[in-house]
Amino acid sequence: MYELEFDNNVPIYIQVLNNIKSDIVKGALLPGEKMLSARDLAIKYQINPNTASRIYKELEAEELCYTKRGLGTFVTEDQEKVENIKEEMSNALIDTFIKGMKELGFSKEQLIEMISERYERG
Amino acid sequence: MLVCRDLVKSYRNKTAVSGISLDVEPGKIYALLGPNGSGKTTWMKIVAGLVKPTSGTITYNGEPIGANTKRKIAYMPTEPFFYDYMTIANVGKYYQDFFDDFDPNRFEELIKQMDLNMTDKAKSLSSGLAAKLKIAATLARKAELYLLDEPLNGVDIIARDHVITAILEAANENSSIVLSSHLVDELEKIIDNAVFIKDGSMVLCGEAEKIRAERGKSIVDLYKEIYA
Repeated sequence: MYELEFDNNVPIYIQVLNNIKSDIVKGALLPGEKMLSARDLAIKYQINPNTASRIYKELEAEELCYTKRGLGTFVTEDQEKVENIKEEMSNALIDTFIKGMKELGFSKEQLIEMISERYERG
Repeated sequence: MLVCRDLVKSYRNKTAVSGISLDVEPGKIYALLGPNGSGKTTWMKIVAGLVKPTSGTITYNGEPIGANTKRKIAYMPTEPFFYDYMTIANVGKYYQDFFDDFDPNRFEELIKQMDLNMTDKAKSLSSGLAAKLKIAATLARKAELYLLDEPLNGVDIIARDHVITAILEAANENSSIVLSSHLVDELEKIIDNAVFIKDGSMVLCGEAEKIRAERGKSIVDLYKEIYA
């Protein structure tokens, strides 16, 4: 069983999809690795089995995984695809951050200074 | 597929179900939501063939509810259905005698998975363990339609994961599952469709994902709104 804190305001399939994508980016799921069946994915995240199938369809449409008939679903071996989602995910994080900081009235220079200062502190 | 049209069940001074029209499609998990006394159990008992509707029609794969449909529909009532003298193994035997589609191996697997012992006496089980035993016995049937009345009642958080896993394992493209509950948040993630029942009538029914998108609210929030 997997402890994913679900947010009731975001569609469940998107939350699990993002979780799998970040597993691929972090290397928790390796290129070419066999993925859980849709059924086992449903049990792991305790979600609806049809939602689990939909998640795999979505991942396949984004070419992050592929299905070998009779063998199962595997993580893409295309490193470029992995880099793409990594970039996509980091862009989303940065955009949210910048938007929030802009609303608080910080300038670009202030942001850069604050980030480098805090980054050092770790 | 289960089809009901304008189902009504009236008792002398009370109408338990007042005009429910609902289709249950294969391969889907449904939540029947509503507070106690809203008609969920009566509806399930009609589908299980234990209560005769006062009016309206109900068919399963085109056939009226009867001995034939009972063979394909597994119903789990809220109350325990075993005798005090029984061990868990006895409960399995009892079920095997009653239902042709009962799979004793699957029962044993489920019992193990739920941390129960075949030699435990049904009488000595806490409410949580008794709830798990009911689930195991019901889901060990290879039924086409499972009706689980309040499967999470009296079940603690650890046992809940066991019960939900067993339910998800029973789900496949050929079977459907209807769960009744007044504890919505536990079901939110696992259902395809939500059916809200109030005072014996359906007030809202549809795909959970669509309802969430259209109303911009979770099923839990909608529940609070409808029944507040």
